[in-house]
Amino acid sequence: MSAPTFDLGKLHGGMRLEARKSQSTTQGIRDVPIPKQLIIPLKQHVGDEAQPVISIGERVLKGQLLAEHYGSLGAPVHASSSGKVIAIEPSPVTRRYGDKAPCIIIETDGEDQAIEAWEDPVDYRELDPSSLMQKILQGGIVGLGGAVFPTAQKLMQATSGEIEMLILNGVECEPYISCDDMLMRESAASIISGARILMHAMSIEQCLLGVESDKPEAIRALEDALSTYDDDRVVLKQIPTIYPSGGEDQLIQLLTNREVPTGGLPSDVGCLVQNVGTAAAVHDWIVDGQPLLSRITTISGDGVLNPINVRARLGTPIADLVEAAGGYTDRAEVLIIGGPMTGKSISTDEVPVVKATNCVLVLSEAPSRERELPCIRCGECAEVCPVNLLPQQLYWHACADNEDKLREFGLVDCIECGCCDLVCPSHIPLTYDFRMAKARIRELEDEKARAERARRRFEAREQRLKLEERERAEELQRQKDRARKTGKAAIAEILKRKRKKDD
Amino acid sequence: MQFERLNAPHVRSTASVPRIMLQVLLALVPAAIAHVWYFGPGFLFNLIIATGFCVASESAMMAARGRPPEDALSDYSAIVTAALIAFALPSLTPWWVTAIASTFGIVVAKHLYGGIGFNVFNPAMAGYVVVLVAFPADLNLWVAPRMGDTDYTTLSLVETLTFTLTGGLPDALTYDAVSRATPLDLMKSGLNQMQTVEEIRALPTMGDFGGRGWEWIGNFLALGGIWLMIKRVIRWQIPLGVLAGLLVPATIAFMIDPGSNPGPGYHLFSGATILCAFFVATDPVSAATSTRGRIVYGIGIGFLIYAIRKWGAYADGAAFGVLLMNMAVPAIDAITRPRIVGHGGASRE
Repeated sequence: MSAPTFDLGKLHGGMRLEARKSQSTTQGIRDVPIPKQLIIPLKQHVGDEAQPVISIGERVLKGQLLAEHYGSLGAPVHASSSGKVIAIEPSPVTRRYGDKAPCIIIETDGEDQAIEAWEDPVDYRELDPSSLMQKILQGGIVGLGGAVFPTAQKLMQATSGEIEMLILNGVECEPYISCDDMLMRESAASIISGARILMHAMSIEQCLLGVESDKPEAIRALEDALSTYDDDRVVLKQIPTIYPSGGEDQLIQLLTNREVPTGGLPSDVGCLVQNVGTAAAVHDWIVDGQPLLSRITTISGDGVLNPINVRARLGTPIADLVEAAGGYTDRAEVLIIGGPMTGKSISTDEVPVVKATNCVLVLSEAPSRERELPCIRCGECAEVCPVNLLPQQLYWHACADNEDKLREFGLVDCIECGCCDLVCPSHIPLTYDFRMAKARIRELEDEKARAERARRRFEAREQRLKLEERERAEELQRQKDRARKTGKAAIAEILKRKRKKDD
Repeated sequence: MQFERLNAPHVRSTASVPRIMLQVLLALVPAAIAHVWYFGPGFLFNLIIATGFCVASESAMMAARGRPPEDALSDYSAIVTAALIAFALPSLTPWWVTAIASTFGIVVAKHLYGGIGFNVFNPAMAGYVVVLVAFPADLNLWVAPRMGDTDYTTLSLVETLTFTLTGGLPDALTYDAVSRATPLDLMKSGLNQMQTVEEIRALPTMGDFGGRGWEWIGNFLALGGIWLMIKRVIRWQIPLGVLAGLLVPATIAFMIDPGSNPGPGYHLFSGATILCAFFVATDPVSAATSTRGRIVYGIGIGFLIYAIRKWGAYADGAAFGVLLMNMAVPAIDAITRPRIVGHGGASRE
């Protein structure tokens, strides 16, 4: 295999957004006090729900396994503090669909007593890649950039030998969010160490670390850490500050000038992307023996008094985080989990911090929803689309519900970054419309699949009936033949007997 | 605490259609002032009549379509159409001509196709072409530009208004006394009479590059157009395409035979070249939509302007060029679709 080249690629479109990050980076990361109750969802990742291995009433310790992962895709869940399990029941969470999900509820005792049996740290270099991956799986580690794909299972792609490069994502391009920035500033060494562990797990020798150029403190910290490790396999790359350069495919394009093919995975171009937070979590688990129990979350927006980054135990109610940020201002109106571009707006702050919660954004006013006007085809949306789509044409076909055209114009390639919404002079909610259109197409496909199954069942039944009929006809024929044969013989017999009698 | 639930993104666009239209109108102001300076107050009367009929027919059509009229009026697009019609018409135009152009543009070209966003043809140009074909004589009354001609009678404000309202001149005056052939007309007829470009360019209504007066209106239109580009209301592809499509063949022809082909400067500063390049062809609704498509669309219009000026029956070809290319937009859009990231192209080495 020839050595890969690292041309810095260019992104189509994108936007320079007002960063609004400095308000939450003036202070260091602060710990949130242990909440009275921890609400720990069984599913904080892509894949199957984890299965509880504790029972109600049981006392659990910090770091203890609460729910185990079975099946092909998923991750285990651990207790983030000590206390008593008081319920395993559906509770409000920050999911996109359906508002409640099964959670383990722990009443904390405030002692924060950790399990003693945290495994003795082993030197990961002595582990072979597959047992290292197995160990990463046990740590409950998932992608902390927000997509929460189980890390171990992502790494397993490397076993096919397709991956040649690890890419660490330290871009954090959405406004307000600064949790990765703060992590890079404060724990750069853990990130580099995590990168080395990840490379070992995949048996690869290349790692690119992409950071947006507007984070000089983070870049300095990473450079220092890199010089300490003196590992020339890890290369730090600054990328231009353009939203959405932190999208997985966009970052690959920027760093390697390779395009992930439509419907494909980064592995198709030899890359595997992990968030810097994930790398640090891998380090914490493999080197320090601490599973994923907490994460750094940005609390920001003009709806909180004192924007800040916190390290919060998984399961801590969002309300407690807001408390740590000085509480709501009088004008707080909108609560968003994630950034202003792609975040989810939720109705209650009683939901817990989960592995995906990178930001809690409180805005003082809902963005004024101006009246939607007809599209004037100005094409600004196409100018900013990072995937080079024609959103105005997609919108047209979405209105007409033209499934074929939507496919042809690349609806599936839309990454829902929200740029087109932001420049539209007609205030058309394009991103929302595209999400809906995608859902409709999925529905149609499901329906088609169902119809196809029904058709096959029907045809099979028809065939079966035909077969049965033929068999019945053949059987009847056989009986007739037999009857004819036996009939003749019987008549002959009767005649014979009759003749005998007559004699 | 309870919060309202909204859809992402949670940041809103600051751009708006009314704002775009107002910026276009603002960009036309310097040229409008120049127009009045050189060709008298007729322009203002035309503008008022065009605006009145555009707004009235837009309201009527919205009402007929069962929608609140203010939905359409509040985007100011009808006023932009009116302004473009006023720029296209000669300063002395009877009111009914302006009214027919405005009403046709709004009713037929805009609303019968579904209103803003759905119209295939540029409403202003559709309206203008209808009256150009229907009332050719009425569209000939360009007064001579100020400082263009010494033995020339200037109409007063009242006389101009009277003409606009009645279509008649004061008894003492004839059409010949107040109107002059436009530079493009002079060039066309002169060349047909085997005069050289040099001779024609020496006529009093000719200016430094194009026609006197027209070239200054052109300058101010270009100024407004460049401001719109800086403000990102319009992009560079269409204006540059139009200018390239016109000026490249004009330059080539001029270099081959300067005696019978006026130079590129003349083409640039005469007739509707600059108005078309910056304000008409850039109407997004009726233009091609992708970056490459817009270049093709612009070049097509520019070349059609050249072809009509050179070989056509009409002295100028901007309106026809725009309408013809409007028809080609679906085909251009289909051919010039950009490559979506991840589809073919760059791949792993």
